[in-house]
Amino acid sequence: MLQEESDLSLVIAQIVQKLKGSNLYAQLERQAWASLQRPEIKLESLKEDIKEFFKLSGWEKKLQNAVYSELNVFPLPSHPAAPPEHLKEPLVYMRKAQGSWEKRILKSLNSMCTELSIPLARKRPVGEQKELLNKWNEMGTDEPDLSLFRPVYAPKDFLEVLINLRNPNYENGDSLSFRTHLGLIQVPLKVKGIPELKEFFVELGLTTGQLGIDDSTQVPPELFENEHVRIGQKVLAEQDSAAAQQYIRQGSPTALRAELWALILNISSQPEDILYYEQLKTNVIQHDLLVDSLIYKDVKLTASNDDYYFVFEDYLYQVLLCFSRDTSVLGHFAYNSASPPKSYIRGKLGLEEYAVFYPPNVAPLCFLYHEPSKLYQIFREMYVRFFFRLHSISSHPSGIVSLCLLFETLLQTYLPQLFYHLREIGAQPLRISFKWMVRAFSGYLATDQLLLLWDRILGYNSLEILAVLAAAVFAFRAVNLMEVTSLAAAEAVLADLSTLKVMPLLQIFLFATVT
Amino acid sequence: MSRVSVPCHVKGTVALQVGDVRTSQGRPGVLVIDVTFPSVAPFELQEIMFKNYYTAFLSIRVRQHTSTHTPAKWVTCLRDYCLMPDPHSEEGAQEYVSLFKHQMLCDMARVLELRLILRQPSPLWLSFTVEELQIYQQGPKSPSMTFPKWLSHPVPCDQSAPLIEGLPEPSRVSSEVQQMWALTEMIRASHTSTRIGRFDVDGCYDLNLLSYT
Repeated sequence: MLQEESDLSLVIAQIVQKLKGSNLYAQLERQAWASLQRPEIKLESLKEDIKEFFKLSGWEKKLQNAVYSELNVFPLPSHPAAPPEHLKEPLVYMRKAQGSWEKRILKSLNSMCTELSIPLARKRPVGEQKELLNKWNEMGTDEPDLSLFRPVYAPKDFLEVLINLRNPNYENGDSLSFRTHLGLIQVPLKVKGIPELKEFFVELGLTTGQLGIDDSTQVPPELFENEHVRIGQKVLAEQDSAAAQQYIRQGSPTALRAELWALILNISSQPEDILYYEQLKTNVIQHDLLVDSLIYKDVKLTASNDDYYFVFEDYLYQVLLCFSRDTSVLGHFAYNSASPPKSYIRGKLGLEEYAVFYPPNVAPLCFLYHEPSKLYQIFREMYVRFFFRLHSISSHPSGIVSLCLLFETLLQTYLPQLFYHLREIGAQPLRISFKWMVRAFSGYLATDQLLLLWDRILGYNSLEILAVLAAAVFAFRAVNLMEVTSLAAAEAVLADLSTLKVMPLLQIFLFATVT
Repeated sequence: MSRVSVPCHVKGTVALQVGDVRTSQGRPGVLVIDVTFPSVAPFELQEIMFKNYYTAFLSIRVRQHTSTHTPAKWVTCLRDYCLMPDPHSEEGAQEYVSLFKHQMLCDMARVLELRLILRQPSPLWLSFTVEELQIYQQGPKSPSMTFPKWLSHPVPCDQSAPLIEGLPEPSRVSSEVQQMWALTEMIRASHTSTRIGRFDVDGCYDLNLLSYT
């Protein structure tokens, strides 16, 4: 009992410390001072009166939302003796693996620098700055010569690193026994089984209404859809983050989605945020990073060729270039097992925050938000909360390693014949589904289905649904897959996911499969 | 509450196994670690802290000092404390753990020796132990300090120093300095970890290579 109380006070202290520097704190203070003018505030009961005032004017709600979002994002304070790298990742061998993976990427970048004799970062001359400012809204028309740039790594390379991950204290005997993993991932992390998943995703059950299923044309809207939209509007009026997160587990109506996501991620469009975005834009114009060329090339190869996303090409450049210069993202490295690369400038140590390989994750967001600064904030928040886990090696339940293991375990347990067959023909299922999961299915599903899926990621604050969906897709195409005889044929069966409906697949796999 | 580390001597681990250790196939699932305190008198134990390494369950036995002439007996003070909720998977395998006095089954007033019994039933792990073991006892209640005599009984000033022309009055200066100091203390007390936002260090964008360390 004593332990729980001291844990709670530690959490409270940490959250207070974090919120003290935020804009909300200054606003609350200002509001409190201003409220002293009001007649209902009396000196004898000052504290209670001000608290009452906050409750009535909606400021308490804003504070609640801020605290809720802190609790969701930051891990609980750990043992006082634990060093900071323990908080990023408790398992030592995973830290080592992440470190060597990062070294590999850095080596690749450095060698690209020296080969092409392009500096990592340089200040742009004034003429070039003016030109870029003029073309800011149509960077897609610019066609610089990018043929010499190679992508730094592909999903296949990352998968190879994950496959070779080994715990030195684990029995990895050569002979097959109960302890051998039949899939590609050989790390004994704890993953949920279907009974636990059923409990976790209880709102996706057969008896609960879902958007994505119960809003189809055959179902009359009075049964579910109208009521759901009404509740959504009410949640937005109340401006309650926690309620919005609970609500969105059943899907979000298209009209309300942009505001709901902003509410859940606790993003408000303050003038300071727009100013911050403009500041980042200025930095993009003033300085040229090597990473920019990599981003150009990546966007040109992926989003520009996609039927749905090519219209947003310019937006993508604006967001990603700013993102690669945003140092506030450095804050998330406290709980990310990765570390930002450092570079030495004439004796002083500078920190260059960069990241490669995200563009498709930004594109679906362009459907929701039109102003670049809001789009940028949403993307940054989603990255810092969820998507970074798809690119770094960690033992977190939403990390890519756990997702891969969850996928393989689900497939082995509930489709053993299919799993065995695919393994025998040399088509390990993870090799096909990895690229889906590492991109959070963007670029593979139809956009409206993708947004329904991402609704659930926000609602459950976890990426495990990606692994469940991957297993559900295999279950859906099981009959065809049993007949293939090679990896290429298996990939052909699963090449086109654009006609799939996400929610019925998930429901059938979780709640309606006879085991 | 303050605590003081107690220097301890951790003896080597002893594996408990049925049958001959050399010839049997399996690995031992029970290890015993003895902790003695050679240079310290019997003390009151406050906290035990360690870093786990793949131990699933922990039991602790303690031998306490008794005032009578009866020999001290071993008493179990912690029974089957779970460190890893699933012994076959990595959860909790490398965590830092603290065990406090109030979690123990018996009084820890005059500890002579400790015996840690580690259990790991899963055959998947090659070895298991606990690392960085540290024992703490209650620290002193309040620091006892004696003030120098001139601080507690200041000598009264008989005559004020002659005022030098052109300089402000010392008592006014001292009160203003005090106010400024109070302001800086306030700012220091409300220190936050939020970044101010400036990050364009001079020349920080003239980078050539990224470093590996």
